[in-house]
Amino acid sequence: MREFSYRRASGVREALTLVAEHDDARYLGGGTNLVDLMKHGVETPGRLVDVRRLPLGGVRETPDGGLAIGATTTNSDAAAHPEVRRRYPALSQAVLAGASGQLRNMATVGGNLLQRTRCGYFADLSQPCNKRAPGSGCAAITGAHHNHAVLGWTGHCAATHPSDMAVPLAAFEAVVRYETLEGPGEIPLADFYLPVGDRPDLETALPPGALITEIVLPPVAAARRSRYRKVRERASYAFATVSVAVALDVHDGFVRDARIALGGVASRPWRARTAEEVLRDAPATPDRFRGAAEAELATADPLPGNAYKVTLARNLIEAVLTELAERDGR
Amino acid sequence: MSTEQPATAAIGDARPRIEGRLKVTGAARYAADEPAPDLAHGWVITATVARGRISAVDASAALGMPGVLGVLDHRNAPRLDPRAGNYFGPDGSLLLLQDDVVPYAGRPVVLVVAETPEQARAAAGAVVVTYEPYPHDVDFRLDHPAARPASTAFGPEADTGDIEAELAASAVVVDERYRTPEENCSAMEPHAATAWWQDGHLHAVDSNQGPFSVSQVLATLFGVDRDHVHIRAEHVGGGFGAKGPCGPQVILASMASRSFGRPVRVVLTREQVFLATALRPPTDQWLRIGADADGRLRAVHHRPAFALSPLAEYIEWCTEQARTLYAAPAIRTELTAVPLDILPPSPMRGPGATPGSFALESAMDEVAERLGLDPLDLRLRNQPAVGPVSGLPFSSRRSVACLREGARRFGWAGRDHRPRTRREGRLLIGTGLAATCFSAGVFPSTASITAEADGTFTVAVGATDIGTGARTALTAVAADTLGVGTERIRIRIADSDLGMAWGAGGSRGTTSWSFAITQAAAKLRERLGDPARPVTATVDTTALIDYQPATERHTFSAVFAEVSVDPATGEVRVRRMLGMFAVGRVINPLLARSQVVGGMIMGLSMALHEEGVRDPATGRQVNPDFAGYHIAAHADVPDIEAEFVPDYEPQDPLGLNGLGEIGTAGTAAAIANAVWHATGVRQRTLPIRLDRVLEAEGAEVRGAVGVA
Repeated sequence: MREFSYRRASGVREALTLVAEHDDARYLGGGTNLVDLMKHGVETPGRLVDVRRLPLGGVRETPDGGLAIGATTTNSDAAAHPEVRRRYPALSQAVLAGASGQLRNMATVGGNLLQRTRCGYFADLSQPCNKRAPGSGCAAITGAHHNHAVLGWTGHCAATHPSDMAVPLAAFEAVVRYETLEGPGEIPLADFYLPVGDRPDLETALPPGALITEIVLPPVAAARRSRYRKVRERASYAFATVSVAVALDVHDGFVRDARIALGGVASRPWRARTAEEVLRDAPATPDRFRGAAEAELATADPLPGNAYKVTLARNLIEAVLTELAERDGR
Repeated sequence: MSTEQPATAAIGDARPRIEGRLKVTGAARYAADEPAPDLAHGWVITATVARGRISAVDASAALGMPGVLGVLDHRNAPRLDPRAGNYFGPDGSLLLLQDDVVPYAGRPVVLVVAETPEQARAAAGAVVVTYEPYPHDVDFRLDHPAARPASTAFGPEADTGDIEAELAASAVVVDERYRTPEENCSAMEPHAATAWWQDGHLHAVDSNQGPFSVSQVLATLFGVDRDHVHIRAEHVGGGFGAKGPCGPQVILASMASRSFGRPVRVVLTREQVFLATALRPPTDQWLRIGADADGRLRAVHHRPAFALSPLAEYIEWCTEQARTLYAAPAIRTELTAVPLDILPPSPMRGPGATPGSFALESAMDEVAERLGLDPLDLRLRNQPAVGPVSGLPFSSRRSVACLREGARRFGWAGRDHRPRTRREGRLLIGTGLAATCFSAGVFPSTASITAEADGTFTVAVGATDIGTGARTALTAVAADTLGVGTERIRIRIADSDLGMAWGAGGSRGTTSWSFAITQAAAKLRERLGDPARPVTATVDTTALIDYQPATERHTFSAVFAEVSVDPATGEVRVRRMLGMFAVGRVINPLLARSQVVGGMIMGLSMALHEEGVRDPATGRQVNPDFAGYHIAAHADVPDIEAEFVPDYEPQDPLGLNGLGEIGTAGTAAAIANAVWHATGVRQRTLPIRLDRVLEAEGAEVRGAVGVA
């Protein structure tokens, strides 16, 4: 573990400056992932700038009827917030499906977006890994990849993004707001995570030194009846093998709006736009749900050891759509 | 001095742990908590290749770093005596830092010693170890070209009757392969030791399951008299077998203390515990069972293979159940060992019996399936009158009692034995059972009891309490055998200076220590008429044990499980489990229940979660932490009921048998059988991962469509 300095910022501008003035500084939120990676020597910052006490916490309503969740809000607080639960139940469910109570009390929603993959090779310094050491190769594609990507991966990296929270955020078209010394900016979540390409080490579109300040959720009527379903290899305290966030608005037996995103299948939360297209204005029937799921997975390209994820993702989309449609039908 | 019987006997009474308060308040000191003056700290570096040699160790940068006292590797470490071994004989895994050979990934190859653990760790990061890798082989299977007959140190293989003829005459034959993966013991407390040399004596506070045997190994390794080695293990945060052998932490701490002339502490990281201490080897088991149409077994042929390391002999005795549980005219066992470039295995809770019973009890369920019989009836129908292979009578055999009482409590009657017949919404529901047995017995130990002047008794026995409640149970044994209340007993355990004693292992700790206490108490009572105090009686039971008893001695159990399976996702959840156990007389029902419930949880974890995964390219484990290596979380653990049928072991003066391991054996098969009952598809490979169930569901659905 490299020696590092620790600074606590008292304001956003100070935090930005403390990071900008150092070659190798990182923001520290809850530290639930970063500190682990530092212990492994995967992350080796020279300075940590603690932003957890900045006045960026809390959930506020936006004028258009959406919500803005401050970057330093803990996962626990975000999940428990009555308006999050009322307007975006899948988001609350997703956050609660992640980690443990202790971790959720520490972790922040800003940090959640920036957590790194749990690929075992990424954390093992003696192994090649293009995400950790660009150009060194990928041991997972020919190695143990039971829990790796089936969509959007390249020959350079097949790691998955581990966040549960980011999956409903993708479905609800959240926007990430940030500050830099040059001023504020924002990125739609759809563009926040970069495609894998040949540089899997470059994960987000955030400018260098930028500090995430809040996540803005636009109003989504369908989201009030949304559901997050996470499948994992034990009942709690495990990352998703596949998860899905679904919002469904059915009117007179026809789909008015459907929002679907998958977790555990790609380097980023996977917005299932193809499936959504198939469903739009279509009859809300099991056949159509199955067809939508199959259409989405048509481009899936599993590795030799994870083909099950394609079946699982397809079944899961169909099952959650059916469940929501049945619930609406009552 | 009064020796009349107390009003309440301690044995049979449910009492909480004596040291419970110390533990929950954090006051109990574990090996890494031991204060020592002038303490230095060692940080281990482990090999990253699965086989090869060390071509260079460059410690130049590390040696200049703050607080660093030195770096030990194979060129400068103290020499160790290669005659040191374990239960099975010489053990090359003990000979750390002696040569440049790397026999497995995770082998400790360097120890960095510094003033603080942080400095040692930082310096370890600056040591560059270069390897010349050799081709390695971690590809385990029964038909591996290097497969060879396993050691018969536990007794000759079974070979009764004419297997092929009986199979040919059978109405049904189950002929299947069953596989279990590498597993790790995963005790909460990582292996740790604090060691120092003083006047030619080695002292250590170590996290282990048997201070006396550890002292023996260290005495041989360092060439000193056994009674110049003083090992204590007052509190141990779980062992499950991984702390049975003399561990790398205490060997390395002792070496460093000798080299640097100071007390040295070595604490392994979680990853090092996975890579460098102990594992349950993978198994690949071929089973053939033949039966008549009415369910009478004709033949049981069990040929299991397990992996081991060329560094040390080892036996994963998977064949114990095949030779004990059921009567059949022909029984053959062929235990097979496959040497690979892996960490040497050592006994993990329920060694042999746990993977072995998964195979046998799954296969028995398959026999019932093919005959259309109730799996309970099949087992009841094949109970042996005497040892099916040995011909010896059982000293106590309450297998039927466990099965019948378990079935009654679980509500087995009325089960529709056809699979895939119960649904609740989208979920498939199934139930399953398994019977099992685990060998019981006693090993030599020493106990001393002193009648003190104040009317109390000091009981000293080299036992270890690895979280089981041994300290509390032995206090009850001492109180009853002395005929006094437990408040008059002061117990001292977990110190090699207390004399030769068996460790906490093999489900024989409590029987072995209790036997020694019983004998010492009897001897002391003869002397209590003499008013002189203090007076001490010491007994070594070595000469008192009948090593060739004319009976078979086992504990028995029956485990029942109910599972739900989501056919869309493959998720298996255990809804409830019930275990009935026959373990001789129960000393403390509260602690005993804890033990068997814990064992059943471990069996559940084995059934559904645990799996050491190796990287095919490097042969290294890719999931050596609790994020990657899943053990059951609280949410996976259902309503568990565990009870004991009345039992008394006639070979033991108090009627005792062990119960540390039988809870783990049997559970995986009960769950796998329940998964079959829910889905109609056999899961013959553990763990029963959701992808395996999902794949089977695909086949099941395709099959159903094909029939339609």
